[in-house]
Amino acid sequence: MTGSRTLTARVIPPPLAGAGGASKMLERNWIVYKHMWSVIISGFFEPLFYLFSIGVGIGVLVGDGVTYQGTTISYIAFLAPALMAATAMNGAIYESTFNIFFKLHYGKVYDGILATPMMPRHIAIGEIAWSLGRGVIYAVGFIVVMLFMGLIESPWAILAIPGAVLIGFAFASCGMAATTFMKSWQDFDLVGMVTLPLFLFSGTFYPTESLPPTMQTVVQFSPLYHAAELLRSLILGSVGVGDLGHVAFLVGMGAVGTLITGRRLQRLLLS
Amino acid sequence: MAAPSLRVVEAGARTYRRTFRASIFSAFVNPALYLVAMGIGLGRLVDTSTSGPSLGLPYLTFLAPGLLAATAMQIGAGDASYPVMAGIKWRKSYQAILATPITVRDLIVGHLGWVTIRITLVTAIFAMFMVVFGATSAMQAATAVPAAMLTGLTFAALVTGYTARLKDESGLAGLFRFGIVPLFLFSGTFFPVEQLPALIRPIAYVTPLWHGVSLSRGFALPEVGFVANPVVSIAYLVGLTILGGYFAMRMFRKRLIL
Repeated sequence: MTGSRTLTARVIPPPLAGAGGASKMLERNWIVYKHMWSVIISGFFEPLFYLFSIGVGIGVLVGDGVTYQGTTISYIAFLAPALMAATAMNGAIYESTFNIFFKLHYGKVYDGILATPMMPRHIAIGEIAWSLGRGVIYAVGFIVVMLFMGLIESPWAILAIPGAVLIGFAFASCGMAATTFMKSWQDFDLVGMVTLPLFLFSGTFYPTESLPPTMQTVVQFSPLYHAAELLRSLILGSVGVGDLGHVAFLVGMGAVGTLITGRRLQRLLLS
Repeated sequence: MAAPSLRVVEAGARTYRRTFRASIFSAFVNPALYLVAMGIGLGRLVDTSTSGPSLGLPYLTFLAPGLLAATAMQIGAGDASYPVMAGIKWRKSYQAILATPITVRDLIVGHLGWVTIRITLVTAIFAMFMVVFGATSAMQAATAVPAAMLTGLTFAALVTGYTARLKDESGLAGLFRFGIVPLFLFSGTFFPVEQLPALIRPIAYVTPLWHGVSLSRGFALPEVGFVANPVVSIAYLVGLTILGGYFAMRMFRKRLIL
């Protein structure tokens, strides 16, 4: 048995192995959160308020709509998929930063866990999966609202749910990686310092074409831009080869974040 | 302000001297980013629209004074939430303060005084951004600042009272999620409340932020004028501030003295 285990470990890079241990991490969070579900659910309302505010307010002011990829669509149809992406981002980031920081430094949750056969990479994968789950819950709620509002244009939209999983993965892993470097609550201002500009300047509220050319190049490096464009293609049904680029960007970001998290936890907790 | 309250203001300033770097982003950069992204980026869409209702002025100009009042609200509510919870429960600095000759009234007045100074700093800088972006003239921006300050102070007083009642911080997340964020989005900052459905509109009219936005926009943009009677708005905000302060005092006495 030992032989086959080492073989697996050689084939799969360490941070990706260990699904069994990671599932224990998920189980632990599930038990803890069972009593706090109202906190999680209420987070879903914030993007909804944004959607309604835009729907009844700004969308009316914009009037004739937005030119997106050559066709004119209503402003709310343009905005909603991007808000869904931002929702997945926010859910994942919130869970993977504040809560992880608390567990790491105050709750000492991981110290206890590592006294069992669990490894840092199990914790990393389990926590990232749990964090992305929070983003996905919000995103799924959001897309259901969009469905009722008649904002779903294409059957491709069903793929927006795995899309949200991918977005959650990218942000949760990088959020958790960043958290392992943080020393105090004050450092969390850095989180807002990254997510708010992403939210405002990633082509969420207006097409990136209306930005100056240099800014457009910068936006290419924004993960939320890729997330919003991916969900827009899927929900509006304008899927193309370019979407593979968005997927690749998010997968890459998630993988890098997971690798860093695994290594950092190893260093923080076991040395 | 009596001398003991000034001690509380001083305590706020001394703490802030050590932590202000962390607040630069949330207090000064965030509102400016909103102004750029929404005012200029989204403004282009609104201004070039041919079918939507016309605001009669560039969107950036319309948005800026509203955002000024909304920023004051966020600072006022923010400084009266987690920091007050810390003073009562986590750091217990209020117990320490009340162990000196400072009374509950001094503490509340001093706390609100310090928050007002913070709001003044933030709104003054935001007003400078407004002028830089050409949203309004320097003179008009300067007259909008006191209106925004009053808005922020009203929220600070009300939220202090609210926080003093809470056992733990979970009620604060709810306050922001179901109070501050919806107000930010629906109180006339981003679009006139006349666009809201008739059923919801009356709710907007009783919110303090709507009155604050009306005042701030009326002073900053005389050509637009006030949506609500400015005297009524000022009286309403002052009344709510006194009510909030009084309520906070009662709760503080109950919790920290008896």
